[in-house]
Amino acid sequence: MKILVPVKRVIDYNIKVCIKKDGSDVDLNNTKMSINPFDEIAIEEAMRLKEAGIATEVIAMSCGTLASTDVLRTALALGADRSILVELEHNPEPLAVAKLIKVVCDKEQATLIICGKQAIDDDSNQTGQMVAALLGWSQATFASEVKIDGDSALVTREVDGGLETLKVLLPAVITTDLRLNEPRYATLPNIMKAKRKPLDTFSAADLGVDVSPRLTLLKVLEPTKRTAGVMLENVDALIGKLKTEAKVI
Amino acid sequence: MTVLVIAEHDNKVLKSSTLNCLAAAGELNAEIHLLVAGHQVSSVIEAAKIVSNVAKVLVADAEQYVFHTAENIAELVTSIASTYSHILVSATTFGKNMLPRVAALLDMSQISEIVSVESEDTFIRPIYAGNALAMIQSSDAIKFITVRATAFDAVLDSGGNAEVEMLSATADTLLSEVIGREISAGDRPELTAAAVIVSGGRGLGSEKKYYQLLEPLADKLSAALGASRAAVDAGFAPNDYQVGQTGKIVAPDLYFAIGISGAIQHLAGMQSSKVIVAINKDEDAPIFQMADYGLVGDLFDIVPELVAKL
Ligand SMILES: Cc1cc2nc3c(=O)[nH]c(=O)nc-3n(C[C@H](O)[C@H](O)[C@H](O)COP(=O)(O)OP(=O)(O)OC[C@H]3O[C@@H](n4cnc5c(N)ncnc54)[C@H](O)[C@@H]3O)c2cc1C
Repeated sequence: MKILVPVKRVIDYNIKVCIKKDGSDVDLNNTKMSINPFDEIAIEEAMRLKEAGIATEVIAMSCGTLASTDVLRTALALGADRSILVELEHNPEPLAVAKLIKVVCDKEQATLIICGKQAIDDDSNQTGQMVAALLGWSQATFASEVKIDGDSALVTREVDGGLETLKVLLPAVITTDLRLNEPRYATLPNIMKAKRKPLDTFSAADLGVDVSPRLTLLKVLEPTKRTAGVMLENVDALIGKLKTEAKVI
Repeated sequence: MTVLVIAEHDNKVLKSSTLNCLAAAGELNAEIHLLVAGHQVSSVIEAAKIVSNVAKVLVADAEQYVFHTAENIAELVTSIASTYSHILVSATTFGKNMLPRVAALLDMSQISEIVSVESEDTFIRPIYAGNALAMIQSSDAIKFITVRATAFDAVLDSGGNAEVEMLSATADTLLSEVIGREISAGDRPELTAAAVIVSGGRGLGSEKKYYQLLEPLADKLSAALGASRAAVDAGFAPNDYQVGQTGKIVAPDLYFAIGISGAIQHLAGMQSSKVIVAINKDEDAPIFQMADYGLVGDLFDIVPELVAKL
């Protein structure tokens, strides 16, 4: 079984984004970028399936500018066998990404796609579900546990009320939640090895996919900022404030 | 122009987030239809048809809809989508799981978690964990939208008189099956709808202490319990308690952050709360940068004292 893992290059999760002065977009110049944390979890899960003898090959792919090569190298250093970059001028919308993943998946004949449930930049939480739709596959989103059982996968999902166990027929798309696993660190020898692993590049045209946007970003606004309030001396002062000033108790 | 809202329910009760979603739909100034898909949903239909701004309730009742699996619900919504200008659902795990599948089946994009309706085709949504807001215009024929419940005041759940139309069920896709559910049933208010939330972080130290300390406070205030990711990862609290970028988005009147440092990802989930109280032993904890009231000290002293004096 081949597993395809799409990964995205995003702002590092420790960094707070800045908005451009003219409000046209966020400013990512000189910002530390990393692999989307959920995608790292996806790679880890795929590697565990390979190490358990269930998967035969793990292929990482990314859709973005040439800079996305970094995150593919990260995926390779974490153990992926090879990687595919779909090189684009801009970050595409989730629907376009889903179409690109579908075409690559068809070419590669993967049986399982594991991807992050959301990217921490646009927080869309769409791509996995869209790929499943385009392929006509089953989907198991927000996974916190995955077991492969013959021609199905048993997936525990984090849902609003608690947990749900879903049995999905393979082939399937699984999207990862934070508690699925704790990703390993890339060791120095593996980082060196990753440099020699295959990285194939395609354009959207090579894959016959129209990636033109459907959405226009009109502007980016600052959210209303909260300011620090007051530090109180003791519990009595807090109760007083909550009762008489904030009037919330 | 007609707008479709997809109801969230458990086959018995209409979830309150649906009322917030209907409020967002109301801002489009069009006729609103509410889809109830499930199995043996008569009490949901009764609740749905009296919601103040619903013109028509569409009902699809079949066994394959009972657990709301994305594959089957998406088939159903796809089959009726073409007559609508907008299709909305709340940005809960139910909505997030299902709607992108429908949008992609119809070759359309989705706008996730809107917090404002600017016009028929323009919406505002948070990006980067809520550190920026994007104003987005869609050129798609049908706008697929998930709605952040806390950004819209619920419509009245009574006063309406909608007509009810039964739909024929779409075929079971047989792609997935729910085989187990562990749904926490407590008597506490639902986290996303609670007026007061008592949230605990890694500072609580253990599951035992999390409950020992926070339950009495929550009881006194009729509050819901919440947690940081670190507290959930460490097993102090169940996953559905997590507040944040990747957990629940809450906006209560009063939010207690107890032993929580205030990471960007946590703030993303609670920064719209009306009043925030932070209790932390580290006076430099980032949570104090946005708390209305801060108490520096050991939570193991402060929380019991607070409970005793309330
Ligand atoms: C992709 C991604 C998504 C994430 N999503 C979320 C999310 O949705 N929600 C979320 O919460 N986090 C999320 N996180 C994690 C986030 O970055 C932080 O790690 C997490 O919020 C920290 O939790 P905490 O504040 O409980 O723990 P810590 O940061 O360890 O803070 C514990 C605090 O307790 C205080 N403390 C300790 N002992 C005491 C005491 N006796 N008395 C008083 N105070 C005490 C300490 O001073 C400290 O400030 C996410 C991270 C990533 C990478």
